[in-house]
Amino acid sequence: MTAVMKLEKVVRTYVMGDQTLRALDEVDFEANAGDLLAVMGTSGSGKSTLMNVLGCLDRPTKGRYLLAGEEVSSMSRDQLARVRNKTIGFVFQSFNLLSRTSAIENVELPLLYGGVPTAERHRRAKEALEQVGLGQRLDHKPNQLSGGQQQRVAIARAIVGRPKVVLADEPTGNLDSRTSIEVMAMFQRLWREGMTVLLVTHEPDIAAYASRVITMRDGKIRSDVKQEPRVADVEEAA
Amino acid sequence: MNPLQILRVAGRALMRNKLRSLLTTLGVVIGVGAVIAMVALGEGARAKVEASFASMGANLLIVLPGSVTSGGARGGFGSASTLTWDDLRAIQNELGSSVAYAAPQLRAQGQVVSEDTNWSTSITGTSPDYFLIRNWACTDGTTFSKSDVEGSNKVVVLGATVAENLFGVGVSPVGETVRIKNNPFTVVGVLARKGQSPMGQDYDDATFVPYTTFQTKVQGGPQKFIAGGIFISAAPGQVSRAQEQVSALLRDRHRLGEGADNDFSIRNMAEMASEQQDSAQTLAILLASIAAVSLLVGGIGIMNIMLVSVTERTREIGIRMAIGARPRDILLQFLVEALTLSMLGGVLGLGLGIGGAAIGAKFGWPTEIQPEVAMVAIAFSALVGVVFGLYPARKASQLDPIEALRFE
Repeated sequence: MTAVMKLEKVVRTYVMGDQTLRALDEVDFEANAGDLLAVMGTSGSGKSTLMNVLGCLDRPTKGRYLLAGEEVSSMSRDQLARVRNKTIGFVFQSFNLLSRTSAIENVELPLLYGGVPTAERHRRAKEALEQVGLGQRLDHKPNQLSGGQQQRVAIARAIVGRPKVVLADEPTGNLDSRTSIEVMAMFQRLWREGMTVLLVTHEPDIAAYASRVITMRDGKIRSDVKQEPRVADVEEAA
Repeated sequence: MNPLQILRVAGRALMRNKLRSLLTTLGVVIGVGAVIAMVALGEGARAKVEASFASMGANLLIVLPGSVTSGGARGGFGSASTLTWDDLRAIQNELGSSVAYAAPQLRAQGQVVSEDTNWSTSITGTSPDYFLIRNWACTDGTTFSKSDVEGSNKVVVLGATVAENLFGVGVSPVGETVRIKNNPFTVVGVLARKGQSPMGQDYDDATFVPYTTFQTKVQGGPQKFIAGGIFISAAPGQVSRAQEQVSALLRDRHRLGEGADNDFSIRNMAEMASEQQDSAQTLAILLASIAAVSLLVGGIGIMNIMLVSVTERTREIGIRMAIGARPRDILLQFLVEALTLSMLGGVLGLGLGIGGAAIGAKFGWPTEIQPEVAMVAIAFSALVGVVFGLYPARKASQLDPIEALRFE
């Protein structure tokens, strides 16, 4: 299996006053196509920094990062923006949809920056929303949708550009347990369709749905375990 | 993103805060409106001055007799009689290359009496060239001729105001008789309306008779001197040369030694016109620059609101960056928003300026709006948008996506 994301001795330091904080301390890491990864750890363990580096929102201080075989650690801001647009999809804890903007326009946004023509953009955004079961709510604004529905719009936005990787930062942190399972079922479906999914969480319940669990502490990966994922069954939660 | 999409995104962002957007444009509206109205007023004043000088005659030089000094008190120009008929003939005959026409002007004030009524006006004795010099034609009848001058014929040309007052509006007085100093004169023509002089005099309140007739019937006998002055029309493009040559000729004829003051003066109407226009222009520039300052203030208002907007929408900027907006996409988005605000202000301001100028015109101020000025004002408001929008837009585009996403 080829590595979709590969970190080689990646260091990320932050300078805080006269202290230097090592958020990532020579991390070696590989994620393969077909991984459903959960990154666990307490706050301050470096998991958010790992996520930002993997998502090309941040650049390593030292070390190399290969995304789909491409060296991204030395890319310019414009090149990184393009990588984020084409190769990565983001899902956030607080959904981060544009307010007062309809679901379909939110989903179209990545395609807009990717230069996709209007008609195709519209068609693909509609498809993505149908995939997450919101085909009937294309023109709803975020404030007209429940939390679970908003997160599904966010997932549709993440996958509309057909990225190789979906990165999710505490995607269930603001959801009740039932909608959490719904969202995890959606991630499992993407994973079964061959997408690499990486999610950051601090809930062992959520990590149980992953095929591989990484635990971080003090900027280092302390454990890396493959497991048989628990099947996310919406009925079970009900 | 293509320009249309950027414009749509910007438009939507502005529509979210309608009142705020409107208040922000207000600064530019007032600025552009003030510039347009002030320039229109200035231009109008300039055009009025220009028109009134043009109606005096093109390339016009007026030679006035000089001053006398008696007992140390110096009289003004025209207080002495220094210009002779020989001077006039010399100007006509010797300076053919730079002088097109020269005509004498003798003036008196007098009562002109028609059958029913009478009117006090100025009576000018002159030659037919005078009407060519002043570029003044008859709307009814003709001006008097050379043979009228030679024969001292009792004929008169009336100004439009005089004709109206003596004979009424729409009545042709040609062929009628009026009495001037108890002598019957036949009306041969009525002059086209010329309006006001730069000093506010009514050009049309005047009558004209041959200078020979003036000498015998109005003045009471021929005189050696031309009391009024000599009107000269310089050949095209020769105004200053004509002025120099006339001056040299008269100094020579009057035997003025070197260093002696002129005993005459030459008024150059083109110079006077440009001086008056300059002062009108200075006033216009002053008014427009005060207005431009308010445009500047409008620009600062836009910058202020754009900075607020960038801060408010930090999270939105973070989201856009995370899903693939490049710094320049963000820059362009905010720049177009600022530009939309300022251009909207420019267009509304143009309306305000035109309206203001129209109101000014109602109150009797001459105004003139030139399309170039309108275009410059719009272009200037666009410039204001770019200049004052650039800093906030740059600030937005340089945000760190992680920080921006974390922003509450």
